[in-house]
Amino acid sequence: MVSLALEQISARYGRRDVLTEASTPPISGGSLTALVGANAAGKSTLFRRIAGQLGGTGAVHLSGATEDDLRYMPQDTAMTAALSVYESIILALKQGAGSWRLLGEELAAVDSVLARFGITHLAERQLAELSGGQRQAVSIAQTLVTRPRVVLMDEPTSALDLYRQYEVLEALRIYAEETGAVILLALHDLNQVMRSCTTTMALSGGKILACGPTLEVLTPDLIRSLYGINSRVERCSQGCPMMIVDGPAASVS
Amino acid sequence: MAVTSTGTPTMALAYRGLVARRIVVLVGLTALLLFSVAVDVALGPARYGVGDVLRTIFLPGQAELQMRVVVWDIRMPMALLAVTVGASLSLAGAQMQTILANPLASPFTLGLSAAASFGAALAMVLGVALFPAAIALMVPINAFAMAMAASLLIFGLSTLRGVTVETIILLGIALVFSFNAALALLQYFASEQALSAVVFWTMGSLTKATWGKVAVTAVILAVCTPLFARRAWALTAIRLGETRAAAMGVPVKRLRLEALFLVSLLAAVPVSFVGTIGFIGIVGPHVARLLLGEDQRFFMPGAMLAGAVILSATSVLSKAILPGAVLPIGIITALVGVPFFAALILTKGRKSW
Repeated sequence: MVSLALEQISARYGRRDVLTEASTPPISGGSLTALVGANAAGKSTLFRRIAGQLGGTGAVHLSGATEDDLRYMPQDTAMTAALSVYESIILALKQGAGSWRLLGEELAAVDSVLARFGITHLAERQLAELSGGQRQAVSIAQTLVTRPRVVLMDEPTSALDLYRQYEVLEALRIYAEETGAVILLALHDLNQVMRSCTTTMALSGGKILACGPTLEVLTPDLIRSLYGINSRVERCSQGCPMMIVDGPAASVS
Repeated sequence: MAVTSTGTPTMALAYRGLVARRIVVLVGLTALLLFSVAVDVALGPARYGVGDVLRTIFLPGQAELQMRVVVWDIRMPMALLAVTVGASLSLAGAQMQTILANPLASPFTLGLSAAASFGAALAMVLGVALFPAAIALMVPINAFAMAMAASLLIFGLSTLRGVTVETIILLGIALVFSFNAALALLQYFASEQALSAVVFWTMGSLTKATWGKVAVTAVILAVCTPLFARRAWALTAIRLGETRAAAMGVPVKRLRLEALFLVSLLAAVPVSFVGTIGFIGIVGPHVARLLLGEDQRFFMPGAMLAGAVILSATSVLSKAILPGAVLPIGIITALVGVPFFAALILTKGRKSW
């Protein structure tokens, strides 16, 4: 089993501290972990810091995996390259390998990741022709084709419709179960988090406020300090915990 | 092995088909290039039969002296220089567009051609040799030195912190204007004779081709191409965007510097030999992109072939339009190339550039 722990990591852009002494207990793989927080709380920075794209003090501890097993999926951006979906996934697979030749097993890996995320029918489409949601699904396939053991995804479902959100999160959950990978997802929809993620990490102003089992972390108090929103967490008629928004907290400083 | 859970036919097969089609396109471009070079050598003010020309090429010992000189010392270097220069400028443009994520990037738009023109004019107007030791080659050496200086300036600035792709392009455009102004200033003070030499040089011409120039450009191509080829996957990934490429493990910044350096060499030398033929560096890569997509394994050879075909065909046209005269090739590339290029872009109507 893979696990990831942060020890007092920090990061800054110029003179501005974006992350300060963020620490977490070991987060174990095999299920999904959510990273929640308001806009500009430092979620993307935390990912880039863990992925090694940003420097800073502190340490990222991986067990059962090395840095090479880690993949980071940045937030969705336009892709204008004249490449087909299939080619763009091959590309992710071939980085570092160097050879121009494509082996049968490499193509098989591409085929299987396309099937896993239900985008086999898009394989021959050009990247520039994709809709936002399709592009996001392709990004996810690009990220997972190398079968990474630590995965960081920045808002992987933001452009997907309700059905596709469910489908993608379910596919990610199955992937985590199969491979024991740590999958950290920056998500905004807290009901989605409660439904799919066993662990939640809450980030506010560059600090980690809480990290633990989702239902213990996502309390009305924490939600108020994260987003300035009054809410209740109640069981629905079928017993699932749901967050209900009551309105902005009275005194938002 | 490649069976998907739903039993759909494997996409790997479709991909293999795509690869095969791309190889056919590359072979087609190569055939087109060979044909164009053959016509280029066969055409010229001295009207020789095609058979005679072919005999002179393959059996030079049996040909009469005058014909041997015309074919071997004048036409062959010109025809081959068109190939090496076209391929170099197009490859340079292709990689500039790739690393700068901009469809307008080329040796021309980043100021390399303008710098070369200024260097050449410095020699022709003021007789200033930047390297006095090689006074005989003053014009090309000056042009090369200025082009290299311009690209090293851009190279140097792009290593600074916080310099983005957009900044690099803006700097290039600023260079174009500065060198053009400096060139205009030189022209203002130039003698009539020097002025016409400068004007002719900036029009671009293959007529001063020699075997030495063919060899130099070929060697540079032979050195740069494998270095780019080794980075084919990383260069392709850069086109998915900087963050995405970095997330895939591509050392974006280092790769960009490496490529910028190679591109400088690839562009500066041909420009110093043939003058301003900026257009090839934009059109060649775009033709290749439309025909082959941007997988560098096909895009790179495709861009080189497309650039070589375009310049070679232009060389043929420059001799065929006015019988007995060779028009400056820079003019023909722009006049004939632009409408063709516009038609190509507008009819394809793809969202990717």
